[in-house]
Amino acid sequence: MTDEKIGVYICHCGTNISDTVDVENVATWAGEDLEEKGVVVSRDYKFMCSSLGQELIEADIKEQGLTRVVVAACSPHLHEATFRTACDRAGLNPYLCEMVSVREQVSWVHTDKEIATAKSKALILGGVERVALHEPLEPLKVPINPTTMIVGAGISGIQSALEIADSGFPVVLVERDSSIGGHMAQFDKTFPTLDCSACILTPKMVQAGNHPNITLLSWSEVERVDGYVGNFTVTIRKKARYVNEDVCTGCGICIEKCPAKVIDTEFEAGLGYRKAIYRNFPQAVPKYPVIDVDNCIYFQREKCKACQIFCPTQPNSIEFDQEDEVIQVEVGNIVLATGFDLFDARRIPQYGYGRLANVFTSLEFERMCNASGPTTGKVFMRDGVTTPKSVGILHCVGSRDKHYNNYCSVICCMQSLKFAHVVKERTGAEVYNFYIDMRTAFKDYDEFYQRVLEEGVHFIRGRVAEVTDAARLPGEEGKLIIQAEDTFIGKQRRIPVDMVILSAAIEPRHDSNEVAHQFGISCSTNGFFTEKHPKLDPVATMTEGIYIAGCAQGPKDIPASITQGAAASARVLGKIQAGELALEPVRASVNQDICSGCRICNNQCPFNAILFHEDRMVSEINPALCQGCGTCVAACPSNAISGTQFSNEQLEAQLTGLLALNIDGSSVRVLEPVAAD
Amino acid sequence: MTTTTTQARSPTFMEEIVTNTPGSDPRLEMCIQCGTCGGSCPSGPDMDHSPRKLFAMIDAGMKEEVLSSNTPWYCVSCYYCMVRCPQEIHITDIMYTLKRMAIQEGLYRESSAASAPGFSETFIDYVDTYGRSFELGVATWHHLRHHPLKAVGMATGMGLEMLRKGRMDLTPNRIEGMDQLKSILNKAKELGGEA
Amino acid sequence: MKYGYYPGCSLEKNASAYHDSAMAVAGPLGLEFNEVKDWNCCGATEYISIDLIPAYALVGRNLALAAQQNSNGDSNQLAAPCSACFLNLKKADQYMGDSPDLANTVNTALAAGGLNYQAGDVVVRHLLDIFVNDVGLDAIKEKVTKPLYNLRIAPYYGCLIVRPGSMGSFDDPEYPTSMDHMMSALGAEVVDFPLKAHCCGGHMTQISEDVALDLIQRLLKNAADYEADAIVTLCPMCQLNLDAYQDNVNKKYGTNYNIPILYFTQMIGLALGLKPEDLGFGKEFIDATPALSKIGAEVPPKAKKKRQSKEELPMPVMPQES
Repeated sequence: MTDEKIGVYICHCGTNISDTVDVENVATWAGEDLEEKGVVVSRDYKFMCSSLGQELIEADIKEQGLTRVVVAACSPHLHEATFRTACDRAGLNPYLCEMVSVREQVSWVHTDKEIATAKSKALILGGVERVALHEPLEPLKVPINPTTMIVGAGISGIQSALEIADSGFPVVLVERDSSIGGHMAQFDKTFPTLDCSACILTPKMVQAGNHPNITLLSWSEVERVDGYVGNFTVTIRKKARYVNEDVCTGCGICIEKCPAKVIDTEFEAGLGYRKAIYRNFPQAVPKYPVIDVDNCIYFQREKCKACQIFCPTQPNSIEFDQEDEVIQVEVGNIVLATGFDLFDARRIPQYGYGRLANVFTSLEFERMCNASGPTTGKVFMRDGVTTPKSVGILHCVGSRDKHYNNYCSVICCMQSLKFAHVVKERTGAEVYNFYIDMRTAFKDYDEFYQRVLEEGVHFIRGRVAEVTDAARLPGEEGKLIIQAEDTFIGKQRRIPVDMVILSAAIEPRHDSNEVAHQFGISCSTNGFFTEKHPKLDPVATMTEGIYIAGCAQGPKDIPASITQGAAASARVLGKIQAGELALEPVRASVNQDICSGCRICNNQCPFNAILFHEDRMVSEINPALCQGCGTCVAACPSNAISGTQFSNEQLEAQLTGLLALNIDGSSVRVLEPVAAD
Repeated sequence: MTTTTTQARSPTFMEEIVTNTPGSDPRLEMCIQCGTCGGSCPSGPDMDHSPRKLFAMIDAGMKEEVLSSNTPWYCVSCYYCMVRCPQEIHITDIMYTLKRMAIQEGLYRESSAASAPGFSETFIDYVDTYGRSFELGVATWHHLRHHPLKAVGMATGMGLEMLRKGRMDLTPNRIEGMDQLKSILNKAKELGGEA
Repeated sequence: MKYGYYPGCSLEKNASAYHDSAMAVAGPLGLEFNEVKDWNCCGATEYISIDLIPAYALVGRNLALAAQQNSNGDSNQLAAPCSACFLNLKKADQYMGDSPDLANTVNTALAAGGLNYQAGDVVVRHLLDIFVNDVGLDAIKEKVTKPLYNLRIAPYYGCLIVRPGSMGSFDDPEYPTSMDHMMSALGAEVVDFPLKAHCCGGHMTQISEDVALDLIQRLLKNAADYEADAIVTLCPMCQLNLDAYQDNVNKKYGTNYNIPILYFTQMIGLALGLKPEDLGFGKEFIDATPALSKIGAEVPPKAKKKRQSKEELPMPVMPQES
């Protein structure tokens, strides 16, 4: 028996619920049969979430003095906030409102009306029993540190950083590589405008490098993230450059004089060379070079030191004894814009990449076209001197393929068209593009396709079966032969070319799982970071305070990467403006009188929210870090932990309600209530 | 294949093929017409229709055209198509199903591969009788039936060489458990013979 | 190491060289093969073209007999030298595992002969797999007394040993290398010709000789372009097509290929010092003697590495090189 006055509201959700659940019957039943449970009013309504629906609840609270509310409708994920706010407006503590899902959990998964109606009643009874035991709660308010950390300084991260910094708030921009710029710095031209990539990127790079509000930590990696939204403590390792940034002028004499030449597998995509002391590219930000310890003659054999010998600065900028520096920064929000890795085309042997000299990947070809690349922008074959007379460009390499990546990489069709244009422009060669579908969906993209058609590029609709040097027919000797079915003609064709370019898939960074784990977010099965909602919230994550942007969230082009970076910044700025954040008070807490100090809960917590007091041998949960997942509550062998809003009593009450009607799913009859044990 | 139709109807040509293909789901409906199969096929240029085109025809319900083409008979079972198909369609297995269906419907007779089923049928006749294949027998019958002149050429050329080098038996060999095998095969034919 | 052994129809006569050489090298390498008693034809690519359930029942009898034979404590491994037999056996086992309906139907048929087979009772292995992975290249190398120096061998895999490969193929379906490594271990010079896993045409020689000769000619041309002295294979069908039809290819295309087609077990045998007569030599259409006479007694000098020009762009590093 309870003194509470409970209002029960069942939504039709149009016909989503009412098609399967007899909502009028349920409302009547709740009003009559649950009177002894405290239910004083029971209504059904077409759309509870509408303003009118909400006003029904508000009116009842005011006029009937309701002390508890149960809404049977969709999932709390969608409208829990709506109904809680409605209660709040009417003067009832929002946590005294309980939502019961009779849509996702009943009408959307059952087809039998009898079972669905009976199940709805059971769920509502559970809710009624439970809500009687709810306590009024106040959300936790946590302050928001106005400093933001952005991890990854490609175009998306740079944009994000600039937006926040321009608004007057401090940014810590962390980049793993020695220079910012990301993949965009490697490209030659960008579609569809054919802007020079570096030309449009470097102004933003320079801005970011010079901005008074941006602390740039390049050649640095995040090691550990502690804390919670508004109050993160991030441990960062600033790797040793072996160059003193306070003294170095960036003159580059050290690079010139360094005798150790190695293949640059990173920035030059393996197509060019760099020295053991190097900058990625001339416009690198920051301008300071780094020493590659594995290839430096001094570090390997204690000889040489040419860089130090020729360095003109006083004191000398080269510091061989420099060490990594580990620092900690406090930030309020984090944006992950860590970018992508390119698909390894060696995984498709029949395309010949790695065995056939004149097969190139997209990144290799970008470097070739780039004016500061290994061929100063000239299109050559692997011998570095011969201009190709015919070039084949393959779309969908490693994309849209169950063996590799089953998604479309979004940019390859446009990129392939761009390559076709560039090859035509610089060599006049015959160009053949092999594709499955032509995906040129965005602004000015299809116009670009038209342009390339006008330039006389050949388009063969057929996914390439193999690229081989095994000549068979006349005209094939000494060439690379692309074999594919021309599906428009319906015939297999062999096209001899001098050079092949593979538009390889965009893949998530190969350590994305580890990084996600570090930041407390998750990855999809494909490896990209998981957004909060793919349609409605693509830049937030399920972890408050952590945002994602750019290709780290999924393959996309430059405009979309910039947009997401800006969107993440807008979210962050909103939080900073608010100054504080209200956190859900659904938390666990340890009853320290019962806690035996076994510490089993400590390692179970996915949010590192549990501390252990060595002096008193008891654990304590940090309410700000706790996300209310309930793992520790279940793990505790002494039953010492209970969750607010999920106490043992509340759960038992809910179960009692759920089981009271004794519904036999195979033949629905609502039986006599089972006698309580 | 998961067909969700609320109305009862007879199976489509594609569904028929799927039902009659052994193993896990052959995924025929997943074809995006990319052409990798047609591009990979060693005998593709000699087929009436490339495998890809055949699948489009299957989806269009063109049963007669499909089963009277030479495509399944020109399949050399190299499995390149199946290994490279980005949608993981069991193409080669489907080709075998089409062979069986073509024989059932008797539609292969107009195609350039009209002699192919006869070859296979002769082969299995020997297996059904002796439990082992008998090359000389198969080759002789097949060539006599379809290319009699060539049969003479083969007999005096390659055939003779094979015999001379001891690489071909003059008579078939029979296994001991032929009765057992016969019982098994007869039961099998009863259960699901002719697909 | 013990194995059940399923020779298949070809190894009885047509490919007796394969069988003889396999048996000859088995002992020295510690392999014991127990032939499945009274095995029947696997159906090749013929039975499955006509009749589905009988085709599976045909193979099922072999699997059931092999399982019975292996069940007395011997290993459950079944060695199949012929790629087509290997595929049929492996596929029947796999598909019966994937589809309970198929398994039930096939077992009902098998029951008419007093037999039964449960998927997974037998593990079907190709002969090459056993030599490469169970014996191991190091063990083989140790026993080599007459290395095949100077002999340029093009290892030819054909299709069915590596494809469809969905059943956990032991080598890459596009670019296998296990036999390449083995021939290297025997001291030979391995010719890595790109068409090494392309199709020999199978039974197309009987269906459309034109198509078949085209396929065969491609392989011969490619091996010849790469200056192979011999092509080494692991399937009787491939051996027959490339060997017996080489003359027809020459006639049709006006070429003069003269490349012997040998079995990998024959090469192992030679390298182990066994006599050619004991390894089935002499039955090839293209006489192997001229090629074999190229085998030298000394390690050939290592080819000088071409000096890279200043302008040359670096190649990506392939996994086996690192």
